Amino acid sequence: MRALGFIIVVLASFSANAVTVERVISPQGVEAWLVQDHANPLLSMQFSFAGGSELDPVGKGGLAHLAATTMDEGAGGLDSQAFQSRLADQSIQLHFSAGRDGFSGTFKTLKKHEDEAFDLLRLALTEPRFDDEPVARLKSQIQSGLKSDLEKPNAVASTALFKSLFGDHAYARRSKGTVESLDAIQRADLLNFVKTRIARRDLKIGVVGDITPKRLGELLDRTFAGLPLNPSPAKITEVEANAKGRVIVVEKDVVQSTIMFGHGGLKRDDPDFYIALVMNHILGGGSFTSRLYAEIREKRGLAYSVGTSLYPLKSSSLLVGSAGTENARVSETLDIVRAEWKRLQNGDVSQQEIDDAKTYLTGSFPLRFTSTSSIAGVLVAMQVNNLSMDYLDRRSGYIGKITLKDVRRVAKRLLHADQLDIVVVGKPQGVVSNP
Amino acid sequence: MKRALLTLAAISLFAVLPNRSHAEVFNPETYTLKNGMQVVVLPNHRAPVVLHMVWYRAGSADEPVGKSGIAHLLEHLMFKGTTKNPDGIFSRKLAQHGGQENAFTSHDYTGYHQTVAADRLEMVMALESDRMTNLVLDPADVKTERDVVLEERNQRIENNPSARLREQANQTLYPKDHPYGRPVIGWRNELASLTREDALAFYKANYAPDNAILIVAGDVQLGEVKRLAEKYYGVIDVAPATPRRNLVASTAAITGGETVLKDARVSQSVWSQSIIQPSLTNGDPVRVTALEVLSEILGGGSTARLYRALVIDQKLALNSGTYYDSGARGEGRFVFYASPRPGVDLDTLANAVEAEKQRLLTDGFKDGELNRLKTRMLSGAIFARDEMKAGAMTLGANLAAGHSIADVEDWPERLQAVTEQDVLDALKAVISEPRQITTKLMPKGAAQ
Repeated sequence: MRALGFIIVVLASFSANAVTVERVISPQGVEAWLVQDHANPLLSMQFSFAGGSELDPVGKGGLAHLAATTMDEGAGGLDSQAFQSRLADQSIQLHFSAGRDGFSGTFKTLKKHEDEAFDLLRLALTEPRFDDEPVARLKSQIQSGLKSDLEKPNAVASTALFKSLFGDHAYARRSKGTVESLDAIQRADLLNFVKTRIARRDLKIGVVGDITPKRLGELLDRTFAGLPLNPSPAKITEVEANAKGRVIVVEKDVVQSTIMFGHGGLKRDDPDFYIALVMNHILGGGSFTSRLYAEIREKRGLAYSVGTSLYPLKSSSLLVGSAGTENARVSETLDIVRAEWKRLQNGDVSQQEIDDAKTYLTGSFPLRFTSTSSIAGVLVAMQVNNLSMDYLDRRSGYIGKITLKDVRRVAKRLLHADQLDIVVVGKPQGVVSNP
Repeated sequence: MKRALLTLAAISLFAVLPNRSHAEVFNPETYTLKNGMQVVVLPNHRAPVVLHMVWYRAGSADEPVGKSGIAHLLEHLMFKGTTKNPDGIFSRKLAQHGGQENAFTSHDYTGYHQTVAADRLEMVMALESDRMTNLVLDPADVKTERDVVLEERNQRIENNPSARLREQANQTLYPKDHPYGRPVIGWRNELASLTREDALAFYKANYAPDNAILIVAGDVQLGEVKRLAEKYYGVIDVAPATPRRNLVASTAAITGGETVLKDARVSQSVWSQSIIQPSLTNGDPVRVTALEVLSEILGGGSTARLYRALVIDQKLALNSGTYYDSGARGEGRFVFYASPRPGVDLDTLANAVEAEKQRLLTDGFKDGELNRLKTRMLSGAIFARDEMKAGAMTLGANLAAGHSIADVEDWPERLQAVTEQDVLDALKAVISEPRQITTKLMPKGAAQ
């Protein structure tokens, strides 16, 4: 949408949180969702571009992540130390990150430094230098972390689980790449990444803080209007999680086994998404109240941490869970996970459990609105997920209307105890690999 | 992670508006109930949400000898129930109302907190005040929860070489039997034999209104908090808590030296040097603040001197920095750390860190360097006020460790007053302090 002057469309006021979401469109057509909050002289912004590490070229895994860690290491006429000193001296917080499906930035500044803060952001987005020294330094740091991860039970387990579920698909790769793939990345790759991916077409922006729409419009133009309007990056091939009831034991000499398990789930835009949210809360999502928590931790003391979560992706989806338990009791824990999976799959769920899950999921939502950066994150997520501006008001209704019958239907659709792929990292007794 | 464990790490005090002659940090309202319970209120009306916390001036450093881990085990057991609210009703009821909760234990304190819609504050106070004195423990529940904590220990310590090294090294930094020398979660053999009676004894000795601090932050009115606090906490009438042991009086010798842990699961070596330094408990406030500035100039992130020298210029390290905890109830620690690049040995790294200390001592500050640091540190205040939880955590941790609200609120003035000479004096004290240790985490088979 293009317009002369800035346009503000006040669409939604979320009464439960006392926040009003405004749509700001800058004179040159950059759109941001804004929540004005003048309590403190600062502002938070989050933004995201389409496409993350899933689009890294074969053999150059970790490119998006390396770009994210080096874009703020020197830009324009400022080398790494000069750029970082400007940020530090004015307490400007700027971080980029690459996920499996997107590339995003978080940004926070005091009001009095907003001009310079937005200028530094523009430089990082449009003229990153990728000088040899910082790129080599950050590569070594990432590579050192990757080597350490080879011995960290959590990292080993999740790598193995994604490999099992996604095989040769790009989702099986780690966002950070490998030691070898990082070695293969050249400066030209980083420059090309910025040229093709840091673009306006799929840009989503959320801003919260001490700023007016007019002023924000000016800063959006200065910062983002110069980005190219590239075509959206190609979407990666759709893939179904290939769970087959495998058991994969990765032997590590540790006293406690780390267990991760999962199979296919559902996407964020699936009509059953909110029902699945309620179902997952009952199974393993509710931190002190879920069934897995009660059976594995509270009643039997088998684990300190246990839980499950929905893991929607753009081109696939998962339902995953994890637990950590002593080697001697792994098989007992796995029996309970499978039994609880089966029980819910078979429709054994009460109205009370559903009511409790619903009041939790609606009542806890406003707790996300306790800092400017967390609200900015909600604003970006709403746009990325194609939710309407009045979503904040509608969400309770989506959850409120869910019935016992809905949850039974979706449990039957989603849960498949015999298909769960399970990874155990440790020295579990009485559990053998069945890959 | 729920029911988490805090280590001795300080909750660092970021604070305040610059350019004000009398700057304040969080501007809390505070008063004390007749039974001695301190109440702190931090209004913040962004969202209709309230954070309710109760802190006990009791942590693992207050445990009887031989009972390490009991403070933290009790923290877990506090979720089991009371006569009025049995069988985990607390958590269930809170979740039904959309609330979130957690608890933590450190050497110096134990804290319980809930975040919930502001109109549910009374419900939460009714529940939390009930379990201050009415806990009921079933022996079977204690045994099961002890297993949970043993798994927590496996997850946090046994499975983690750097945590195991830290645990070993702390015994050499503090005199024998000093409570900071033992882990918050407890030694495995002691933890495994803790009983219901141990938990109840610790509970009776320490959980009482005169030993507790109530902090309420968020969308609340002062008068309403006061009314509710009096109704629910003000009526609790039990024997006063046992006085706390002095943690800074020890003159006993420490083991000191070097602790090395080599493990097949380590691929990246790490070097550290921990040095005992005063905290707000026993330090001159000027010295304590100067130590905070020292930590910022040498080790505060990727523009600080250690990072610049070791990582960027000399290319010896992948990372390097410092930290200092001024908030401990006992003495504090000043820590230097660095991770070498491949092929660099740890002693070379240690020498390079030493050289940076000497360079600061010899050459002093660059023009404007101190002011830039101060401005940066002061800006943190506005950011801290943006998070509903920051003020509650900072004030709670300081009060529970025996410090005052003024220690927090006057920080900007103390910082503004720090001179270059104060920082150099602090550095001299760090260098000459004999109570210090070195740790080395290395791959198995590495040459030392």
